[in-house]
Amino acid sequence: MRSIDAREIAFQVSRMVVEANVSLPPDVLRALEAAFESEDHSAGREILAQLLENARLAGETGLPLCQDTGLAVFFIEMGCECRIEGDLYKAINDGVRLGYKKGYLRSSVCHPLTRRNTGDNTPAVVHMDLVPGDRMIIRFMPKGGGSENMSGAAMLTPAQGWEGIKRFVLQRIAQAGPNPCPPGVVGVGIGGSFDQAPILAKKALFRPLDRDHDDPEVASLEKELLQAVNALGIGPMGMGGRTTALGVKMEMAPCHIASLPVAVNIQCHSSRHKEVIL
Amino acid sequence: MTREIKLTTALTDEDVSSLRTGDKVLLSGKVYTARDAAHKRLFTELEQGLNPPFSMQGAVIYYVGPTPAPPGRVIGSAGPTTSSRMDVYTPRLHSLGVKATIGKGRRGEEVKKSLMEHKAVYFGATGGAGALLSRCITGSRVLAYEDLGPEAVRELEIRDFPLLVVNDSYGGELYVRVDS
Repeated sequence: MRSIDAREIAFQVSRMVVEANVSLPPDVLRALEAAFESEDHSAGREILAQLLENARLAGETGLPLCQDTGLAVFFIEMGCECRIEGDLYKAINDGVRLGYKKGYLRSSVCHPLTRRNTGDNTPAVVHMDLVPGDRMIIRFMPKGGGSENMSGAAMLTPAQGWEGIKRFVLQRIAQAGPNPCPPGVVGVGIGGSFDQAPILAKKALFRPLDRDHDDPEVASLEKELLQAVNALGIGPMGMGGRTTALGVKMEMAPCHIASLPVAVNIQCHSSRHKEVIL
Repeated sequence: MTREIKLTTALTDEDVSSLRTGDKVLLSGKVYTARDAAHKRLFTELEQGLNPPFSMQGAVIYYVGPTPAPPGRVIGSAGPTTSSRMDVYTPRLHSLGVKATIGKGRRGEEVKKSLMEHKAVYFGATGGAGALLSRCITGSRVLAYEDLGPEAVRELEIRDFPLLVVNDSYGGELYVRVDS
């Protein structure tokens, strides 16, 4: 058994929430640069230039990339041979509270009905997986509301199959248009249960843009879907252009013989996330 | 050919009439921030017969909830939020004199009709460019609803704030239409 102090978790979380909000992951920055190079639509090209300049300025000034510093979403892989000294969920929320305050990040969490702001961006949304080993991996994503609002899920029939999934994803992207701040990342969760598909879709957003799915067949479906998404021509911020998405990432799970759950979680161009291994 | 036009608030009917979808505008002067919660409270107060926190005549409303200002800056990151959530409120605000709104994303049919009816315009700012847009904000003070935190109504002083005319007062639309 390896023991991890909850205070260390809170400290690491408080740092990672700030870093994730100020600097884009290198793969996302590279994808935006590549999109700028290949864009021949003038409005789309200008938007991409602004986004690259925005990323540079955020790094220079320490200001967040976007005023929507997100709902704090965590995916944690906890090794079965780890023992937490203290309260894990409290540690994560303490880290969020401290990081959002020290980093001058926006508190964007409120009561769903009274709409009263909690004032410190807690509580965080925490997904936990138990895995073999003695390591703990904390993955964090500040998830913006504009792109989250354009996400959706459906219970398709087995007869609809891949074509049905493709149609559903493309419909969502087309209806979303400029709202989720394209060109972003499209996370698709296929299979599992009604509740599992959206979690798979969100998990998929953490995979680096330049890393293919381990299963070559799934990787080829991702490429097919990305091509179809970009063929919609929505372009950067919906002004038209070649790049509507920087990537499509899929995760799958077996499902009931009667069902075909599918979920699409849209991420904006500011595809911020960060990982810490303890 | 994209035109670049410099305008200063408050906006007049003539300013609005001169604008066409696709025009690039560098806006200066005072604008007022309001998003979901501020709109809701503003409407409750209007129903109670109270005066709005700022004069609506020629006013420009910016849909933004900025991040807190770090030491030495007037404001934090301050890009636009999705405008369509405010669609239910916008026609009434136009009727009270609001000449422009700033946000991102599509507006509903009611808003587009209202833009023509009341001679008003909808500007788009680049979503997710909050650090970049922050540079064009030279002053910020809370005018009302401070308890709403990031959703409080602020008076912002802006200089050459870069905008695109998304919907003009003649029925124009900048966003690409995609058949779903």
